[in-house]
Amino acid sequence: MISFSQVYKRYPNGFEALKNVGFTLEAGEMALITGHSGAGKTTLLRLIAAIERPTSGSIIINGQNVSALKSGAIPFLRRNLGLVFQDQKILFDRNVFNNVLLPLQISGFSSRAATGRVRAALDKVGLLGKEKARPITLSGGEQQRLCIARAIVNRPSILIADEPTANLDADYARDIMDMFRSFHQVGVTVFIATHDAELLGSTQQRVFTLDHGELTT
Amino acid sequence: MSAWLSHHFHAFALAIKRLAGAPFGSLLSIGVIGIAFSLPAGIYVMLENLQALSGRFSGAPQLSLFLKLETNQDQVAELESRLKQNPNVASFRFVSRDQAIEQFRQGSELADVLDGLARNPLPDAFVITAKTPSPEALEGLRAELGKLPQVEHVQVDSDWARRLDALLKLGRLAVLMLAALLSFSVVAVAFNIIRLQILTMRDEIEVAKLIGATNRFIRRPFLYFGAIQGIVGGAVAWLIISLAIHLIDEQLEQLMRLYEINFHLYHLSLEDSLSLLLFSAWLGWTGAWISVSNHFRQIEPR
Repeated sequence: MISFSQVYKRYPNGFEALKNVGFTLEAGEMALITGHSGAGKTTLLRLIAAIERPTSGSIIINGQNVSALKSGAIPFLRRNLGLVFQDQKILFDRNVFNNVLLPLQISGFSSRAATGRVRAALDKVGLLGKEKARPITLSGGEQQRLCIARAIVNRPSILIADEPTANLDADYARDIMDMFRSFHQVGVTVFIATHDAELLGSTQQRVFTLDHGELTT
Repeated sequence: MSAWLSHHFHAFALAIKRLAGAPFGSLLSIGVIGIAFSLPAGIYVMLENLQALSGRFSGAPQLSLFLKLETNQDQVAELESRLKQNPNVASFRFVSRDQAIEQFRQGSELADVLDGLARNPLPDAFVITAKTPSPEALEGLRAELGKLPQVEHVQVDSDWARRLDALLKLGRLAVLMLAALLSFSVVAVAFNIIRLQILTMRDEIEVAKLIGATNRFIRRPFLYFGAIQGIVGGAVAWLIISLAIHLIDEQLEQLMRLYEINFHLYHLSLEDSLSLLLFSAWLGWTGAWISVSNHFRQIEPR
């Protein structure tokens, strides 16, 4: 469950990224958040993962008040979230397998259990045959799949993706969205920021719209 | 527990991998640490050997026991028996006042002056060799014998031993200061190496933080890296000292043979060797720790 109430985010230079944002996304729900660029989509997602803190208001994730979380507790919050970043943040110094392995190493999995999980995650995104490949040799769509595999390998209850279909052509984008839908179908809460209008047309999910930091729908 | 072990194993393996990943750089930094340590540790070994050697050369230092002028034969005999029973006395020799003046007359230009004296001004004396040559033991013996009623004055002939001891103490102080300075440089070396690593691994650290790594998880491989580098550096220092001792010992043996002394250089004891390794590991760890805590604040996810 993700719940925002009266959330404001103001930056030191005076820019107000979010103004009085309030909504609730129940566990197992899937929602899209859309809006022009600079509307505050990314800021909103970053607040969920406690990468940034709100200026005021409360953010509840799975019953935890993130805005009041001590910094020592933040890593454990993030382990329950699957994050797909806008800039991907793939590590190019290691192969596909080791990129996906990283979250499991962080959680302290034994290498045998971790190997099984990594293969399962790669299988879900269709990259099983490329586990030894270097990320630089993957296509744009494959790199995005790699990011998703890394986000789901910990089996998080919430999956958050920032512009996962940016820079992908329509076919790839549809594939990626189908993948998110399949995670939603097995009970994962999915929250995706996008400005891809075509993507919105073909969906029946809840859609939030941000306009200059304010939630309009 | 198994997660904890797995974390530590992972961190250790990662540290080894990073060391092996840049072999040339690792060798250079380990060499720097090793040389920095070999200086104070080497001088320490030298001082220990010097002390052992000084014990060989000095033989047993002596005390001169001057008796009161009015002491008679019976009292001398009594004193003799006391000295025989004293456990700290290795041997002694009686020099009567007649013998003393005779020696003095033969060995000095002042024979004429002595002839002019009305009576013999010299006292009876015992020359005593102590069992233990340490300055403290000699001082104790001096105080003990000085209390005897027939004794006028006790002269300790071990001033040179005391001077050498003071010099050795000074040397140890110098070693400590040198060790402190070079320890600082070892910490600085570890600090900088870890700093460079952190800078080149910025992306990895940032991603790890974003997907739920605790600071401890990220810090651990760096700390292991610093400690391993330190301990290997310590081992290099030990090897340098061993080699030096081996080379010097061969030369020294020939020299000692000329003096008819059978002497071999001591190496660092097992305890000293272990302390050296542990201390160098600790220094590497400390440098890494300072570096990591300084630079982590700069790498917050953006």
